[in-house]
Amino acid sequence: MMAAASTLKNMVLCLTLVCLICAAVVGVAYAVTKEPIDAAAQAKTTASIARVLPESDATPQEGSVRVGGTDYKYYKVDGAGYAIISTTSGFGGLLSLMVGVAEDGTVHNTTVLSHSETPGLGAKCTTDGNFISQFQGFNPAEKTLAVKKDGGDLDAITASTITSRAYALAVSNAVDVFHQLKQGGQDDE
Amino acid sequence: MEYFLIIISAIFVNNILLAQFLGICPFLGVSGKLSTATGMSGAVCFVITLATVVTYLLNQYLLVPLGLTFLQTISFILVIAALVQMVEIILKKISPSLYQALGIFLPLITTNCAVLGVAITVVTKDFSFGGAAPHMLNLGQATVYAVATSLGYGLAMILFAGLREHLAGCDVPKAFKGLPIALITVGIMALAFLGFSGIV
Amino acid sequence: MSKWHFVTDGFVKNNPTFVLVLGMCPTLATTTSAINGLEMGLATMFVLILSNIVISLIAPKVPDKVRIPVYITVIATFVTVLQLLMQAYTPAAYETLGLFIPLIVVNCIVLGRAEGFANKHGVGESALDGIGVGLGFTASLTVIGLVREILGSGSAFGWKFISGDGILAFVMAPGAFLVLGFLMVLFNKYLAKK
Repeated sequence: MMAAASTLKNMVLCLTLVCLICAAVVGVAYAVTKEPIDAAAQAKTTASIARVLPESDATPQEGSVRVGGTDYKYYKVDGAGYAIISTTSGFGGLLSLMVGVAEDGTVHNTTVLSHSETPGLGAKCTTDGNFISQFQGFNPAEKTLAVKKDGGDLDAITASTITSRAYALAVSNAVDVFHQLKQGGQDDE
Repeated sequence: MEYFLIIISAIFVNNILLAQFLGICPFLGVSGKLSTATGMSGAVCFVITLATVVTYLLNQYLLVPLGLTFLQTISFILVIAALVQMVEIILKKISPSLYQALGIFLPLITTNCAVLGVAITVVTKDFSFGGAAPHMLNLGQATVYAVATSLGYGLAMILFAGLREHLAGCDVPKAFKGLPIALITVGIMALAFLGFSGIV
Repeated sequence: MSKWHFVTDGFVKNNPTFVLVLGMCPTLATTTSAINGLEMGLATMFVLILSNIVISLIAPKVPDKVRIPVYITVIATFVTVLQLLMQAYTPAAYETLGLFIPLIVVNCIVLGRAEGFANKHGVGESALDGIGVGLGFTASLTVIGLVREILGSGSAFGWKFISGDGILAFVMAPGAFLVLGFLMVLFNKYLAKK
């Protein structure tokens, strides 16, 4: 078989046909995978919420609120508290956390959603039990959410003060968001 | 101030070649001579900037409103391929001397992942500079980011070409000749660039 | 089987990483651990096999001048399908590999095999070539990832054998260049001996 001649008609026809078929293939793939993709994203959120807030049967309600010029996304779980997504700048890039604040204003637990910290140093914020456990049950009314170097009550991760500061700031921002939500009395949904 | 930080960050801290590993193939391919390295850097700079602006607009005003962001990859690469062709044709017409300098590099640029990489990065990633709240880049910032990133590309490329010209005259063990020693040299350069991390 | 050599060629003689030196960006960027390297290799192999098959089928009918745009469209389609599938079924891997999944489109290996092999050979041979080169790429990435993981984090395939940290530079950017450079030296030595 010889390749078709490169006449204008052939070229246009060929490109159009290829594009149509490819568009159809991608369209079908999109339709087929849409549900599993949403389900996977949902599962990740649900798992994170379950980690940062006390157990509850209530369905999380999504919402967003503007505090200090930044939009925060949060999930409200009736009877348990708020799971707030809070992002700050770490050492290598953005550090995004989900912070669970219980109804009484104490931090229940935190989890890292995404980060780009240095492996083996700042990246320990996802694994260093001594660092992470400090936030569990942290009461911002009694203690200060900052590392000891900055006059707070938190031990920083060894050799990763910048990451620790970013982490503390993210949690402290989330607590501010919580107070704003409480003050407002109701959510802007 | 934010623009300044974008520039420093894109050139030194997150250098596209040494920290993000984008556009390595042409980097290793044409860095043997200083003159070709300079030509390639110029062409890349031009195309990255143009492609980023065009794909940014395409994404903002067509793909996002229509809910077609899953077509990003396929539409961006086609736009970039078409753009490179157009630049080649226009350059040939209006500035033969520039075409002489950059022309031979242009066809190679379509498959330079730095171009697609930067185009995708600016429309999908949040950025934060100098303690500001994380946000998507606006058109102006995206353009500055693209220019600065390609300057970083040029910087690493030209530095490396300079080193390689000297390496060519050195007596290295046989198994190290060519690419291996070049890669090890880049490794040491990347180590030096690590010193910039954390300053922005 | 005489066709077996299409697969083995991709492994040693035409090894995409150490001999052809193609697709360097994902090779360096995603090999922070053996598992990551393996995942990236498999993702590339998926696209490579499918695009090889389709291109070997349509190549005889495509006018010569629009060859490259057609190939790029086909490859980009499979990459998008891969992106969607990974988002749906392996979201964790999709997140780790990030930008480098869409960048398979511009991986020189894929277009290189389309242009250099698939458009001149039949479907069966092209599929075998895709498997061979894909496996070669996967194996190289896994080995680089393994070396970096052992040196950098003191673990292999996630199994930790030292307490504490390894030599951190090896999981960071410079380590990628250094490990690839030295592995290439070993590969050259091996080829020279043969």
